[in-house]
Amino acid sequence: MTEPELTDGLIAAHGLSPDEYQRILDIIGRSPTFTELGIFSAMWNEHCSYKSSKKWLRILPTDGPQVICGPGENAGVVDIGDGQAVVFKMESHNHPSYIEPYQGAATGVGGILRDVFTMGARPIAAMNALSFGSPDHPKTKSLVSGVVAGVGGYGNCFGVPTVGGEVRFHPAYNGNCLVNAFAAGLADADKIFYSAASGVGMPVVYLGAKTGRDGVGGATMASAEFDDTIEDKRPTVQVGDPFTEKRLMEACQELMRTGAVISIQDMGAAGLTCSAVEMGDKGNLGVKLNLDDVPVREENMTAYEMMLSESQERMLMVLDPAKEDAAKAVFEKWDLDFAIVGETIAEDRFLIEHNGKVMADLPLKALSGNAPEYDRPWVETPAAEPLEDLPQVDGIDALKALLSSPNYARKQWVWEQYDSQVMADTLVAPGSGAGIVRVHGTTKALAFTSDVTPRYVKANPVEGGKQAVAEAYRNLTAVGAKPLATTDNLNFGNPEKPEIMGQFVGAIKGIGAAVAALDMPIVSGNVSLYNETDGTGILPTPTIGAVGLIDDIDHIISGTVRDGHLAILVGDTTGHLGQSALLAEVFNREDGDAPAVDLDTEKRNGDFIRAERDWIDVCTDISDGGLAMAAFEMAYAGGVGVCLDDDTTAFAFGEDQGRYLIGCSFDKAEALMIAAGNAGVTLSTVGKFTGDTVRIGRSEAPLADLSHLFETSFEAALA
Amino acid sequence: MKAAVIVFPGSNCDRDLAEGFRKAGADVNMVWHKDTDLPEGIDIVGVPGGFSFGDYLRCGAIAARSPISQAVVAFAQKGGHVLGICNGFQVLCETGLLPGVLMRNAGLKFVCRQQVLRVETQQSPFTQEFAQGAEITIPIAHHDGNYSVADEEMKQLQDQDRIAFRYIDNPNGSMGDIAGVLSENRRVLGMMPHPERAVEDPQGGTDGAKLFASLTRIMTLA
Repeated sequence: MTEPELTDGLIAAHGLSPDEYQRILDIIGRSPTFTELGIFSAMWNEHCSYKSSKKWLRILPTDGPQVICGPGENAGVVDIGDGQAVVFKMESHNHPSYIEPYQGAATGVGGILRDVFTMGARPIAAMNALSFGSPDHPKTKSLVSGVVAGVGGYGNCFGVPTVGGEVRFHPAYNGNCLVNAFAAGLADADKIFYSAASGVGMPVVYLGAKTGRDGVGGATMASAEFDDTIEDKRPTVQVGDPFTEKRLMEACQELMRTGAVISIQDMGAAGLTCSAVEMGDKGNLGVKLNLDDVPVREENMTAYEMMLSESQERMLMVLDPAKEDAAKAVFEKWDLDFAIVGETIAEDRFLIEHNGKVMADLPLKALSGNAPEYDRPWVETPAAEPLEDLPQVDGIDALKALLSSPNYARKQWVWEQYDSQVMADTLVAPGSGAGIVRVHGTTKALAFTSDVTPRYVKANPVEGGKQAVAEAYRNLTAVGAKPLATTDNLNFGNPEKPEIMGQFVGAIKGIGAAVAALDMPIVSGNVSLYNETDGTGILPTPTIGAVGLIDDIDHIISGTVRDGHLAILVGDTTGHLGQSALLAEVFNREDGDAPAVDLDTEKRNGDFIRAERDWIDVCTDISDGGLAMAAFEMAYAGGVGVCLDDDTTAFAFGEDQGRYLIGCSFDKAEALMIAAGNAGVTLSTVGKFTGDTVRIGRSEAPLADLSHLFETSFEAALA
Repeated sequence: MKAAVIVFPGSNCDRDLAEGFRKAGADVNMVWHKDTDLPEGIDIVGVPGGFSFGDYLRCGAIAARSPISQAVVAFAQKGGHVLGICNGFQVLCETGLLPGVLMRNAGLKFVCRQQVLRVETQQSPFTQEFAQGAEITIPIAHHDGNYSVADEEMKQLQDQDRIAFRYIDNPNGSMGDIAGVLSENRRVLGMMPHPERAVEDPQGGTDGAKLFASLTRIMTLA
């Protein structure tokens, strides 16, 4: 089969700029073949090369005594003591999910699970952070139902509990939804597997499912803006098979126990190309592949297609040849492909042969090491105008408005479609702050949360970036967990626009400051840029996934309020309403600045909660909707009414940071007051849980009515 | 008590079920689906939840034709005890050990929640530790739990007191709110809810533990 001639149009269609093409010519000293062009395009697109973001990602704190492996591998690895580690990462699958919601979301889950089990960990928890357009936009309902079904369809079958996540709606996502999938796994700290190849002449083995034509060019598609040709891009979306992934995971666990694995890498974006190059690059070796040996499920596949296919559920490994038989037997047991498709070579060379012909012969290091890196121009986001005065609103009316919004209504319609209990270690299922999973066979547990408030990030990227980390910190703290480390999934618009790049830079600075101050380093992450449709960008959405450790499950704060409990507010309240949920949902306004985050106060208040956790029966962080929303949610969970004394709008609905709401008995409250005094933490009694009504100042409504609204609004708007 | 837990490709509650048995004092053997025989001296076979063979073709249909399934059927026909949970229930229906089929949930969606059940009969090796008519909470997680059975068979199930559990507030459209049924000799139970996810306090409840305790009691007496 002859390859097409390279034209300017074909080069542009591969997402390569004229400068980048010239760089290719300079590196190899000749015109590339069609297959080589595809390989460069796969390695140099934004999704795989991080060419716009690299410069800024380097400023993020990634170290700490708890970190076993930071960014750069398939997932981050963090010590949890007793010789065990948690392995986790979050990754976006935004563009594919918009084009084909079920498969896009499903393969997003599949990809992140593979990242985790490639490193030798067994997945134990998943989360999903989803952002959709306006609930009444014609596309939203079908996207929500498709994405949620896809997330569930994959994770449920694979057998990992989905224990948390977020679902938000905003018109800025009308043309570009976000699907950010998180997975965490458990491994022995001394049995982590990495991707760097070692040894010359070692067999390179292809594992898992067969290669088809699905997903060819997917990573390049994911690195471009959307326009009205989007439907034509459907074939670039991969198709997932969670059954094969489950077998692949079990087979990999058995394979790793045989000692046959020298290094291993999953085939994700840019498939065979990216995985082979990474293994060679990290091991300072070349790789030679013979595509005749690649298991395929379609006829007459070309070298180009095989190198760029994003067929799912595949892995590449470098094998210890002495253990070949044992390794092969594992894959035969699980009815999966096991094929030696090449070998490591000493030269810096990526050599691809097919049907007896050399289809690509490139310097391997240049594909990743020499990838372009841009210092994109950026402008600082202008300071927000101060919020104009708001009229005082009736507290109950305002609360009803929040509970009626799909953004703040209870989302059981979503999470009941996810198996949150499989593996029988789920201690706290979705629906309240952080999800908690026991470390199997121990009395320890891990808490998981994902957070970001895109309105804040848009108004003030630095404070918004800090806030995303701070909220994650608080959600972990509120269940009694010690925050350990963080993964970031940075979703932004077109980085070639200086104002978008400015959002990105600001958010990174904020995130960096917060993870440093709160000692929760970034250990993995993903950048998704070009989230724009017809030139309009999404809200900047740097999703923070964070993991906390609970040293003993007896110390989890997971109670519910009882009649007579006091409502105790931790932290200082100034009544910040800029960019608040109240402003957006009641006044349909998004103005003012984001709330400022005082990281010292965050730390002090968080340390206080953890230190006093045995005195705290019930705790939640205060975020969107302020004190009123937090108090309602506590009342709802406990089935007891609540009465808040102060009905000043700014007090009830302000979104000042660094705050928690505690429910506890009078006796314990006294002890807490003393401890707070000693710790320099502000504590005040703001009301009481009692009866069966919710009262804010003089306004009140039956808890049952508000609960009904809370439970039904999501489904009413979206199902 | 000596239990065997069958592992099909795609089973994902095999470990959970094994631990449910172990916590009740059983020795557990994991048995791969390609095996043709059960281990010697087995008292009970557990067919776990999950997505055997990816639920392809029809839930449980391919697993029912795995080599080990013939051994399980033979074991049951000789009077052996068999517990099928969720996908395991679907497999047992496909083997013909239990009547009926499990169709897609009436709401067409996967549903995972804490589910209240009523214990309909105490007269079985699986349910004697429960009080007759007790309401218990056991998690469910399935896409195809909508039980359907021919009228004649339904009559038999009722007349022979073979309905083990019914849902309170039916989550899936199941005929007669049926959540679990017994074989004619009462030694085979298929149920959609997951008792192995409710055996310890931290899991949010221990109602499932009584099912395993019932089995232990029978096996110890036997």
